[in-house]
Amino acid sequence: MNENRNKIELLHQNYLQSLKIEKRWVRFYQLIILAFVFASWELLSRMQWIDPLIFSSPNKIWKLFFEKIQDGSLAANLGVTLTETVASFIIATALGVIIAALLWWSPMLSNILDPYLVIFNAMPKVALGPVIIVALSPGYTSIIANGVIICVIITAIVVYTSFKEVDPNYLKVLQTFGATRFQCFKEAIIPASFPTIISTLKVNVGLSWVGVIVGEFLVSSRGLGYMIIYGFQVFNFTLVFLSLFVIAVLATVMYQLVDLLEKKLIKE
Amino acid sequence: MSFLKVQDVHHTYFTKALRTTALSNINLTVEEGEFVSLLGPSGCGKTTLLSIISSLLKPTEGAVLLENKPVATTKNTIGYMLQQDYLFPWKTIEENILLGLKLAKQLNPKTRSNALNLLKQMGLNGGVEKQLPKQLSGGMRQRVALVRTLATEPKLLMLDEPFSALDYQTKLKLEDLVSQTLKDFGKTAILVTHDIGEAIAMSDRVFLLSSRPGTIHKTFEIPEELRKLSPFEARNHFLYSSVFQAIWKELETLERKSE
Repeated sequence: MNENRNKIELLHQNYLQSLKIEKRWVRFYQLIILAFVFASWELLSRMQWIDPLIFSSPNKIWKLFFEKIQDGSLAANLGVTLTETVASFIIATALGVIIAALLWWSPMLSNILDPYLVIFNAMPKVALGPVIIVALSPGYTSIIANGVIICVIITAIVVYTSFKEVDPNYLKVLQTFGATRFQCFKEAIIPASFPTIISTLKVNVGLSWVGVIVGEFLVSSRGLGYMIIYGFQVFNFTLVFLSLFVIAVLATVMYQLVDLLEKKLIKE
Repeated sequence: MSFLKVQDVHHTYFTKALRTTALSNINLTVEEGEFVSLLGPSGCGKTTLLSIISSLLKPTEGAVLLENKPVATTKNTIGYMLQQDYLFPWKTIEENILLGLKLAKQLNPKTRSNALNLLKQMGLNGGVEKQLPKQLSGGMRQRVALVRTLATEPKLLMLDEPFSALDYQTKLKLEDLVSQTLKDFGKTAILVTHDIGEAIAMSDRVFLLSSRPGTIHKTFEIPEELRKLSPFEARNHFLYSSVFQAIWKELETLERKSE
């Protein structure tokens, strides 16, 4: 009996060990790819096999990174863009859920608005950028609006669909207790759609970055989007690449935070 | 005067292409404390009738009176139990059973302890109330659903095939428990089922429904001897099989008619 248990314990240990080893190999190859890309980029650039003016090099980007940190311009631009992105991300998600709630509340309203939602969802929202900037005047407001407009409709549509797909029997249970429509919404619709709402957050992280960067391209006064467009205009591609890297890192961090939030909020 | 009165109920469902008459000319009365069953093949409008009685659905024609008042005006007097437990997976057992009270704004220390006591009476103790529904077995969950339904102290209970999703053994045990609990509290109940045995074992009267459109084909009075027994004992009584045979024959003739 005891011997048997020890044997199973041992097998389990072996299994855990094999999982650990596999994970280490995965990490190893991931690092190899990273090192290979950067090393060959540096090499190709130094040997002038690719045009260093256009493709820059990791070394130059690294140096510029410290330069921009020291003169404080990177932090300033980064702060601006991050604030705009987080703001538009939160506003878009909240607004999207509110629109979805209104559509669920009134089936009539949802029938009336249906074609407009389809059109608005299908059109490329960044094309509205110039109109928004003129209407709201260039600055924070119009850039945030640009980010919001990209996410809000798709959020509303996805969340509304999940509201409609909640098992009607849960509503039946509530109705037999004489629940009002608001109570049904609060007790069944929202909690049942919670996983969907969180997963739209993940999509919105990416989309709000697009909206905000495009907005900064157009307004062209501050932010990481401005750094990209400025670098492009003065043909300083090291600056462009630096901004791209910073954006990639920030977007990843934001995505991971949402992921963490998801794990915290959804009881497994 | 009868406790529950269903008068000349007709119901037709409308869709773009079809109008389906689900129920036609339904008349029945149920006395206080009585347990009746609606028995019939699937699609005979049993669930429609339950929904109409519990005023979840407005009938095309006819009326339902509970203690001489239209059911739509009597809030929280009817409890409804579904085929599956439909416990809210994100709420703990305690939150689930207190849901009805919370919605009706009747949640106070007294009603709360009543509900928790009821849970204990159903054989669910030992910290179950802090668990989530998925940690419980199917039979336990259905018992929790029963507590949730009884917590608001409804006068009339609707049971819509509440045992159909359970395994046979659990089902038999739960039949006894439900039957005993309803008797103890003196509740009136209407059970919908397609299981002849279940209808006989649990009820005082059985309404046999024919389908398309649903009408009451025949009413069977269950003999006094069987009524007194628990469902499990009733199934083993010699009278059980004769009633079973009688209902079976009627179902056969119904089937032949529809062919």
